[in-house]
Amino acid sequence: MTIRHSPHIEKEDEMKYVILIYTNAKNWEHPIFAQTPEFLALPDDERERLLREDDEVIREIHESGELVTAGALADPMNTMTVQRRDGAPMTTDGPYMEAKEQLAGFFVVDCETPERAAEIAGRFPDTRFSPIEVRPIMEMSGQEM
Amino acid sequence: MDLHLLDLHVEDLHAEDLLRRAAPQVLAALVRRYGNFETAEDAVQEALLAAATQWPEQGLPDDPPAWLVTVASRRMTDLLRKEAADRRRDERSVTLVPDDALVAPAAETEMLDGGDDTLTLLLLCCHPCLTAPSQVALTLRAVGGLTTAEIAHAFLVPEATMAQRISRAKQRIRAGGARFTMPATPDPERLRSVLHVLYLIFNEGYTSSSGPHLQRTDLTQEAIRITRTVHHLLPHDGEAAGLLALMLLIDARRGARTGPDGGLVPLAEQDRSRWDQRSIKEGVDLITDALARSPIGPYQVQASIAALHAEAERAQDTDWPQILHLYRMLQDLAPGPMVTLNHAVALAMAHGPRAGLMFLEPLEHDARLSRHHRLHAVRAHLLEMAGQTDDARACYTLAARLTTSVPEQAYLRGRASRLDMNTL
Repeated sequence: MTIRHSPHIEKEDEMKYVILIYTNAKNWEHPIFAQTPEFLALPDDERERLLREDDEVIREIHESGELVTAGALADPMNTMTVQRRDGAPMTTDGPYMEAKEQLAGFFVVDCETPERAAEIAGRFPDTRFSPIEVRPIMEMSGQEM
Repeated sequence: MDLHLLDLHVEDLHAEDLLRRAAPQVLAALVRRYGNFETAEDAVQEALLAAATQWPEQGLPDDPPAWLVTVASRRMTDLLRKEAADRRRDERSVTLVPDDALVAPAAETEMLDGGDDTLTLLLLCCHPCLTAPSQVALTLRAVGGLTTAEIAHAFLVPEATMAQRISRAKQRIRAGGARFTMPATPDPERLRSVLHVLYLIFNEGYTSSSGPHLQRTDLTQEAIRITRTVHHLLPHDGEAAGLLALMLLIDARRGARTGPDGGLVPLAEQDRSRWDQRSIKEGVDLITDALARSPIGPYQVQASIAALHAEAERAQDTDWPQILHLYRMLQDLAPGPMVTLNHAVALAMAHGPRAGLMFLEPLEHDARLSRHHRLHAVRAHLLEMAGQTDDARACYTLAARLTTSVPEQAYLRGRASRLDMNTL
């Protein structure tokens, strides 16, 4: 019988998370939340406040050294779907899934705790219009047990 | 031809080693003279880069640290002049323009001082106003002499991200008005945070020394090197000795902890003939000496546990009752979920799996820990040991789903399928 016995090392929780932002916006223009019908219905000062919030959270995670990378995705009509048929790759234009909600962009952040990753996500104004997902990125490292 | 290449390689290593050793000395010399940590740090980095390109071509200078101080001072002077000019352009703080006497390079020999500077720098880099990742990054750059690119590479983040972390850390130190002076008696709290940062650096290198990121073992070596320096500077500090012993004893297992396929090998199944006996001996001597002379602390207890594992010729020779006793001490000194989990394993090994499982029961109701893969991984092993195969399999599977580490997931899935095969 073998039993694991962890070495007495504790890796801190710090790890990378991807923040996935979805949208139901009719027009594709970033920041995408500003194109949602719900946003467009807000009073002017409220809309300005949300745009400022967006700038602030991005500036904060850049300055803190938590922002690893980010990407604003192009209009889904630019998506290519690639599939291999009979051994040959076949490319079709347009998304694989015709969903109402589309992935609009992502942020990769390196955070000390999962709570911090969720806090950052919660500060994106997008959360007011549709939920955004926070998913840990797996590490290629580990420790023997 | 081969020999010639080998010579060059040895010389490169030597130069690199010299650079790393000289970095904190040179930085301390500059900060003492010019009092500006942020700019001094930039100047030293540029001097190190200059040395890295010029020394291999032109050969080592007669006095490498003095060479570095000269080049760094010259660079510092330029940077301070430029900063002063920028300020003048901004039409503010004209009085802060350094006069020529202040910015003129001093004779380098006057500026270099003894080894105590490393400790002062470490205390500054681990300033409580910084977050742990910033403390780690700044320590590796200012004391380790690593470039931003090297640190970024080690932590698998883009160089821009790491540069941002380092510059933010330096700004905070400046804003916090931290002084580059050695307190008469170093604050024990601050010293603890230095040791913790070194521990984190070691950890980062250690957990990643499997799979495709082998180069990151550099971090464990760097952590050992700096901790060794701290131990030499503070030979009577039992915890510094304990941390160095702990690192050496764990690092001794490096060659045995991954299998030929790159998979993780659990401690009990490691080929102990591949453990590095020299590191083990040094670690055991260090911890034995520290225990005899200093008040006990968490690193010393952890090193003692690691020493008991290292001294067991076979896994079944492990002195579990003694390890259990040490975990009880650790639970008092530095309680934490990982200590509790290891405590449960020691309990199971000393008194049977039921004792371990009972000990873990309250943790299963802890909201945060119940989502942690390590709790379920430990329960799985104990259930397997108790012969509850189905429950063990379910726990291994749950742990495999919860972990965010690829090699740990492979290991846990492997344990689960091994149970399937045994029941067939």
